[in-house]
Amino acid sequence: MKFLHNFLEKIRPAETSPMYTLHNAIETFLFVPGHTTHSGAHVRDAIDLKRTMFTVIIALLPALVFGMFNAGYQHYRWLSPDLAFWTMDNLMYGAMRIMPMIAVTYIAGLSIEIYFAYINKHAVNEGFLVSGMLIPLIMPIDIPLWMVAISTAFAVLFGKEVFGGTGMNVLNPALTARAFAFFAYPTYMSGDKVWIGDSADLAQKVDGFSGATALGQYATTGTTSYSAWDAFLGFIPGSIGETSAVAILIGAAYLIYSGVGSWKIMLSGALGALTMAFIFNSVSGSMDPGPMKEYMSIPPHFHLVFGSAAFALVFMATDPVSAAHTETGKWIYGFMIGILGILIRVFNPAYPEGWMLAILLMNTLAPLVDYYVVDSNIQKRLKRAKA
Amino acid sequence: MGELINIFIKSVFIENMIFAFFLGMCSYLAVSKTVKTALGLGIAVTFVLLITVPVNYLLDTRLLKAGAMAWIDPELAQYDLSFLSFIMFIAIIAAMVQLVEMAVERFAPALYNALGIFLPLIAVNCSILGAALFVQERGYQSLAEATVFGVGSGVGWMLAIVAVAAIRERLQYSHVPAPLRGLGITFIITGLMGMAFMGFMGIKL
Repeated sequence: MKFLHNFLEKIRPAETSPMYTLHNAIETFLFVPGHTTHSGAHVRDAIDLKRTMFTVIIALLPALVFGMFNAGYQHYRWLSPDLAFWTMDNLMYGAMRIMPMIAVTYIAGLSIEIYFAYINKHAVNEGFLVSGMLIPLIMPIDIPLWMVAISTAFAVLFGKEVFGGTGMNVLNPALTARAFAFFAYPTYMSGDKVWIGDSADLAQKVDGFSGATALGQYATTGTTSYSAWDAFLGFIPGSIGETSAVAILIGAAYLIYSGVGSWKIMLSGALGALTMAFIFNSVSGSMDPGPMKEYMSIPPHFHLVFGSAAFALVFMATDPVSAAHTETGKWIYGFMIGILGILIRVFNPAYPEGWMLAILLMNTLAPLVDYYVVDSNIQKRLKRAKA
Repeated sequence: MGELINIFIKSVFIENMIFAFFLGMCSYLAVSKTVKTALGLGIAVTFVLLITVPVNYLLDTRLLKAGAMAWIDPELAQYDLSFLSFIMFIAIIAAMVQLVEMAVERFAPALYNALGIFLPLIAVNCSILGAALFVQERGYQSLAEATVFGVGSGVGWMLAIVAVAAIRERLQYSHVPAPLRGLGITFIITGLMGMAFMGFMGIKL
């Protein structure tokens, strides 16, 4: 380590050179810097922002590793039905598919970040460490790499840098990337051909191949071939990081333990989703038969384990920058996400994944929630002062 | 009753005046600097819509449409005055705005000063004429439906302007690049919010 440090010291460029920002980023990445983060609207602590971001990366690791195994499992399962899950082959296949996506995301995003840091004359923002890991985890595995790169570039530029960088953005950058890809390349982001690696190839080799997700099956047939237990453990097709509720719960536990993720948002989001699902369940009995009735009578706990619900509530909704900042606001914000997520999922046949849009919508309304929470607090104190 | 609730929800969220049709952008962009004034303007716009949309609906169905005047005299049924609808709608809206302006000046002088020129400019706010024309185009069946649609559009517009004002207040702490400060970043935010509102599009009620 001493050697590495000396080496970095030796090649340190002049402060005016474009390479300085890159050098600074690598140096603070490898060694704990002697200063703490001092700017950014969301920093309320003496902790260095890079450590916070690293906590989230560690929390994401279970979902990532599981996603790699699952990517291989979903692919090979069609060739040999009695496949074991935890095999080296599965992991290798997943790694071969997912590692390039992660690399492309980091290269595309970080090059923009470093360029902006250079022209704005500040150190590279650390926020992209997490966004760059989240973006591949919420993409379908069969999406072409150039789409990942363009979505990332859009999210970093218009979701973050136009607002001044990490800590200043309104929308969650990772979700901005996904929403961009979703609306720009809908055929690569939904349907039944994208959730399993090399599905075009598989469709030729295997009769009766179907790569539909559990929710996709609900939308077309009104039932699913996957059990809730499989979905909870994660042996189902879906975006890379979202399938296993267990892996996500491990991450959630770590986030809550370290205080980085807000348990209020996670809990109120889950409550909101369950409430909405209960309401739908209770009215579905009197409906005409059809896919809508089937959709509305999905048991509430299914909603939390299928699709991206768990991943969205744990890693997306708790983004400290774009969520509500006040404590009461967090309850309202999370609860509304839960309600809207189920609402869009059930009512909008075009978007079986309501969570992305529900969170983006609440991101745009979070400042308003905060405004009224703060305002009511001011009114309360004024009244107390007068009395 | 169910139909009325559907129309209301549709006009607030699914067919939001700002995020789905981008109507009424001028005052939306100009008066969204603080939540307080944005809320004031939002209420004023909602009120004007509440009055003008049903009045224009009555005007359209009782006087202007082909054969609408049959209730006065069967002979008048042959006339079609719908070419007058633009000018008549605008006249009604301008008169209403004048009333609202006087009321605001009398009862909320602070808001009157904060809104400035944008209060009389509600008369040319596209979302208000837009709502009147949507009622005509979509053929709402009753006065109640038209009124609910007017109120819903107003509430949707108010939600949009208040939300963007809250975001702009928070942005005071951001380092937005100098060329984008003010209107530029507001356009970008509006685009991003429109993307978030896409979640409602395609919902059938």
